[in-house]
Amino acid sequence: MDRFLFLTVDGLARGAVFAAFALALVLIWRGTRIVNFAQGAMAAATTYLGYSVTAASDSYWLGLVAAVFGGLVLGAIVERGLMRFVDVRSPLNAVIVALGLVLVIHSILGIVYGSRYRAMQVPFSRESIEIGGTALLSPYDLFVFGTVLLVMVGLALVFTRTDIGLRMRAAAFAPDMSRLLGVNVGRMLTLSWALAAAVGALAAMLVVPTEFGAHPHSTDLVFVYAFTAAVVGGLDSPAGAVVGGLVVGLVLSYVSGYADGDLSAVAILVLLIGVLLLRPNGLFASTTARQV
Amino acid sequence: MPDALLSVRGLTAGYGAAPVLQEVDLEVAPGSIAAVVGANGAGKTTLLRALCGVVGATAGEVRMDGTDLRGVRTQDMVRHGIAHVPEGRGVITELTVEENLRLGHSWRRDKADGRKATAEVFELFEPLARRRKSAGHQLSGGERQMLAVGRALVARPRLLLLDEPSLGLAPKVTAQIMALLRRLRDDTGLTVLLVEQNVRSALSIADTGVVLSLGRVVAATDAATLAADEDLRHTYLGF
Ligand SMILES: Nc1ncnc2c1ncn2[C@@H]1O[C@H](COP(=O)(O)OP(=O)(O)OP(=O)(O)O)[C@@H](O)[C@H]1O
Ligand SMILES: [Mg+2]
Repeated sequence: MDRFLFLTVDGLARGAVFAAFALALVLIWRGTRIVNFAQGAMAAATTYLGYSVTAASDSYWLGLVAAVFGGLVLGAIVERGLMRFVDVRSPLNAVIVALGLVLVIHSILGIVYGSRYRAMQVPFSRESIEIGGTALLSPYDLFVFGTVLLVMVGLALVFTRTDIGLRMRAAAFAPDMSRLLGVNVGRMLTLSWALAAAVGALAAMLVVPTEFGAHPHSTDLVFVYAFTAAVVGGLDSPAGAVVGGLVVGLVLSYVSGYADGDLSAVAILVLLIGVLLLRPNGLFASTTARQV
Repeated sequence: MPDALLSVRGLTAGYGAAPVLQEVDLEVAPGSIAAVVGANGAGKTTLLRALCGVVGATAGEVRMDGTDLRGVRTQDMVRHGIAHVPEGRGVITELTVEENLRLGHSWRRDKADGRKATAEVFELFEPLARRRKSAGHQLSGGERQMLAVGRALVARPRLLLLDEPSLGLAPKVTAQIMALLRRLRDDTGLTVLLVEQNVRSALSIADTGVVLSLGRVVAATDAATLAADEDLRHTYLGF
């Protein structure tokens, strides 16, 4: 029972990061009908930025802020410079462009940083605290939870309470009508990409230091897990992405805890295929199809 | 006639190679209602779209209060005082009634007046006030029409472009909308360009009428004259 509790809590902690990363995928999907397959690579790049800034300034926090800002800028650049020109009428176009971007980012990172793992700091201890005899969360896990929660609440407030959030949603749902209502749809798309990339950058900064550290491929698995989470949640639903992320975290934790760590990637694939077969629109797909 | 608020000259526009609209001329006086009528496919919707830059024009001139609109982007039309209620209404179904209305004035600096205009719309359309928090897809056809018109009104436009507001509505609701347009014209000096299938009710409230046929203006005169012209009605409007 203790072990189950431990694995559950651990799974939720890992899942929080996947949830944030999946949320970034959903933000872009809703606005552009593009699955940003380059999001992992983009986050690997911003993680290096965070690593370098922390190395130069000896401040974890400066590195974190730099990575998030780097994400904002990189997201805007990718949208303005690349994705805007992709004809999304054929869904494959965006996939190919994104995969091309992945190659470009990976090779630039390889040239600049080499392929050695760079160990990264964490700001809080990763030693689990014992509660009632069971080792549960570490202070760092709590930090991760808190940060992800803050981001989710922040995004929810922006999208529901502010005019800019309203315009971003409108531009995503009905670009033509939004234009007639004075919305600069292009700018809203840029903003969506920037926000999404910043959220992805943050998620990567939370998870990469707990693994081997910065590396061109440090976010590959995170991307796969987050993609699964987003698909489980229905790609269109921010709440679904969050739940999907937590589900993926739990599956990973249980499988590696009760069975074998090597099986966890397989388990995620099984989850992905299972959801696609049983509920192709995801567990949280909205039932209200778009109507004019 | 006083100087026109909207003046269109030689407008040619369409979707691709073959133009749909051919050298359309049109004048709408400030504070008046102009009805655009014509058979299906005559180009009425295309005309409204071309005015807003949704459909590209290949020739001609569109002036609003003297300003050339040809270089203005669609997203800035509302800042020039033009509100467009498109065919099929364009309510954003994923957003709530309140959010649709908020979007209608979110571009404006004067937030207080935006809220005031919203309150006026709720007064005008009581069913909307009861459904503030409902999503657009939960509304009935008539409620959507009210929302689309209300959303255009909170922008406090000088020129309102309406594409078949009576489509799918009960005669009573249609009559209400027509009465509202007339009241807005009389009380606030709103100018309206009204596209309608329902020729009788459109001409009954309009000051002037324009008949489109195959993308050309075949008649443009005051509404009463048009309504009385039997030949024209038979030839172009089919009744
Ligand atoms: N998106 C489009 N692409 C190509 N052709 C179009 C498009 N929309 C309309 N057309 C064509 O342009 C012509 C005029 O269409 P338009 O929609 O302006 O007619 P309308 O007068 O509004 O008709 P209705 O009364 O049926 O709404 C038609 O021949 C139509 O087939
Ligand atoms: Mg039409």
